[in-house]
Amino acid sequence: MLGFLFLVILMASVLGYILNRQTARRLARSGQRLHSLSGFHGAFAVCLSGLPALVFALLWLLLDDTVIEAIVMHRLTVDQTGALSAGEISLLKSEIRSIAGGKVFGTPEPWKLDAGASLANLASTARLALFGAVLAILVVGIAVAQTKVVPAFRARQSVERVMSGFMVFCSLVAIVTTLGIVASLVYESLRFFERVPLAEFLFGLNWEPQIPIRADQVAGTGAFGWIPVLVGTLVITIVALAVAIPIGIYSAIYLNEFATPRVRAVAKPLLELLAGVPTVVYGFFAILVVAPALRAAGTALGIDVSPNTALAAGGVMGIMLIPFISSFTDDALNAVPRSLRDGSLALGATRGETVTKVLFPAAIPGIVGGILLAVSRAIGETMIVVMAAGLIATLTVNPLNSVTTVTVQIVTLLIGDTEFDNPKTLAAFALGLMLFLVTLGLNVIALRIVQKYRELYD
Amino acid sequence: MTEASITTVRTSPSVLPRRVDWSDPALLGRVARRHGRDRYVMLAGLGALCVAASMLALLVLSLVILGHEAFTQTHVTLDFEISADRVSTDAPADGNFRAIIRDALAAHFPEVTDRRDQTALGAILSNGAQFQLRDMVVADPGLIGGTVSLAVPVSDPFDQLAKGLVDVSAPEANRRLSDREIGWFRVLEQAGAVSRPLNTALITSPDSRFPELAGLAGALWGSFYTLLVCFLISFPAGIAAGIYLEEFAPKNRFTDLIEVNINNLAAVPSVVFGLLALAVFIGWFGLPRSAPLVGGMTLALMTLPTIIIATRAAVKAVPPSIRDAALALGASKHQVVTGHVLPLAMPGILTGTIIGLAQALGETAPLLLIGMNAFITQVPDGVMTPSTALPTQIFIWADSPERGFVSRTAAAICVLLAFLVLMNALAVYLRKRFERKW
Repeated sequence: MLGFLFLVILMASVLGYILNRQTARRLARSGQRLHSLSGFHGAFAVCLSGLPALVFALLWLLLDDTVIEAIVMHRLTVDQTGALSAGEISLLKSEIRSIAGGKVFGTPEPWKLDAGASLANLASTARLALFGAVLAILVVGIAVAQTKVVPAFRARQSVERVMSGFMVFCSLVAIVTTLGIVASLVYESLRFFERVPLAEFLFGLNWEPQIPIRADQVAGTGAFGWIPVLVGTLVITIVALAVAIPIGIYSAIYLNEFATPRVRAVAKPLLELLAGVPTVVYGFFAILVVAPALRAAGTALGIDVSPNTALAAGGVMGIMLIPFISSFTDDALNAVPRSLRDGSLALGATRGETVTKVLFPAAIPGIVGGILLAVSRAIGETMIVVMAAGLIATLTVNPLNSVTTVTVQIVTLLIGDTEFDNPKTLAAFALGLMLFLVTLGLNVIALRIVQKYRELYD
Repeated sequence: MTEASITTVRTSPSVLPRRVDWSDPALLGRVARRHGRDRYVMLAGLGALCVAASMLALLVLSLVILGHEAFTQTHVTLDFEISADRVSTDAPADGNFRAIIRDALAAHFPEVTDRRDQTALGAILSNGAQFQLRDMVVADPGLIGGTVSLAVPVSDPFDQLAKGLVDVSAPEANRRLSDREIGWFRVLEQAGAVSRPLNTALITSPDSRFPELAGLAGALWGSFYTLLVCFLISFPAGIAAGIYLEEFAPKNRFTDLIEVNINNLAAVPSVVFGLLALAVFIGWFGLPRSAPLVGGMTLALMTLPTIIIATRAAVKAVPPSIRDAALALGASKHQVVTGHVLPLAMPGILTGTIIGLAQALGETAPLLLIGMNAFITQVPDGVMTPSTALPTQIFIWADSPERGFVSRTAAAICVLLAFLVLMNALAVYLRKRFERKW
């Protein structure tokens, strides 16, 4: 049905294009000098018919469910909905929706059946109205475009204005996305901080988001202090960096200074492969291979290693970050001016001395920038820790223990059916806001450093 | 470096150069030490590289070793007697296929007569066997009254047994199969009824609670629809934005802001995009959960920076002389772009797009938040039907306790990696084939 709608729009656009182009060509053949090429007259018809119809249809489809639902809920009397909590109202909405869809469970009250019927009624009316409106737009658009095919009409300018508008709109998507992220995170976080004070969230030492969903349910009372989660994140990040930094930097040094071109041609893409592996694969690798191996090693040494040890998640994350650090180090070493390297070698320094005592110190700002970006990656990395790290927030810095991270908590709080009205769900957005701010800050600083450093030698 | 400074002193004209005694043991020792340190740095670098490479090898190897088991599935071929009193011709779908299967197994084991033992015997076959038989009979009602020979999948524990993954020497209490059950299976093996064909169900059937029936069809189609939506949004929008920023945008604070924004978006953690999608697409716009449409829109936002950056690089690589020539011949700025710059930049843009889509294919976290990790046993038929995607399916299977899902997860990862390798190979091919040096 909807596919049909878009097909109609597409065909009408093609039709409009051909009609207008034919008219323009006829005019040209009859000896008149048109301002614009016939193709632009055709494209103008598309801009007037298909484009507005498409935009209209998309906006309509985006909003119709919400509007129809609001109308149906508005029609219900106060004594039917007045006493309900937000959660019950959303339950009621989904019940009415399933009644409208023809799935009636049990014997609902008659007013619910009525609401369902009116919902279904409105929905089908809305569909018909959409079809009618789209057809009207298409017909009117093509008709108006036809009248515009006259020699003096500047079709090219009009089409190019529309194209420019589209391009500006697309460039704005990036800003709109950022604004959307900030708006949604801040809005939901504010709702969270209405229920949980900001100070408790920022400085609390307990994270137990399991709160009762129903009044009679046995569950924790809920504590939302993010310090243990933050500490867990830092522990895993440090483990990851402890793996990634030495391996990444040393392999970059080898590739940059010692490797023959052939080795470099093979090894560099091989390293990049590590960055291309999806993180869910790393997560599976961590729980299946690394964690049991670490546990076995711990048992052999007589150390008690938790099954969800931070070493497993952090170590595997470190492997993921190796190509990241090595490519940044490689770039930074390459950016050091040739004269420094040549000077050092000419004075008789070995290649190892040149790299460690001349090139590396000169490249440190670039490498630090890369490491900061890697930290931001590690903090924001989700799947590895969701699969391999723990769920319980314990305040510990021992990497042998199980710790949890910000991203793990976000995912576990939001997995499954969620409603936006309890602190448990909203807490995820508060954590998300913190995550966004921290990673954004790190990225901005890191990019600054890298850029400054580039200017230094350019 | 100390040696270097000594040399400087030596060559300064005021002091007469002292002849260097190259055989001086102290000097030789210093040189040897320095070369040793040089070698140490090199070996450390080589070692680091080897560690990284061996990790990659370990990763791939463990996946292949685990996953290859799931590419075959143990089947048992039995003669099923479709008697007319078990299945009526009027409603073949309602027939008692469970009983038919029990009878077919009992034919191999006449000594098993107890009801409870017969039920245990039935556990050799997968729960899906009866449905396979039912579908066959429904498709061809002429089979009723006759006997069909059909290979049906065995249940997960016996599949593991056939693949040699069950330690038969372990104490009986520590394994999932009793000695008697193993004995039954050996009887079937000796009767030549057991076969291990290629597991096509892994690709062709949707998800299931039973590992031996679970397949990736739903996830593959879900990923396809998700990527389709992602491509349809991010490709045109990315090209338009990239071209605008490179060719048309005035150099001012506002375009700087857009640029900074794009660079920052590329570094925002993926889970934050999931939060955005959950709050905006699902919460505010009321789009359905678990739908490939929402997944595709989310991934499109994440892929957009990649495509914009690739477009800008490709457009920048087109030499200005081409623009000047077209402009000189009277083309408008837009005509120059659509007629000359864009076609020349297309291979580069396509390469970047494919790489971006490959990243999107492996992206998991945002899809988890919008509910694409639901248990869905149907293949989606559009962008609005709930579905899973390949990476989320891997996550679901990795979380499942059944032993058979371990190898299936690894196999699913192999499928995912195969797609990624294919896409990247295509990108490399495009770059090699159409790369132009001006």
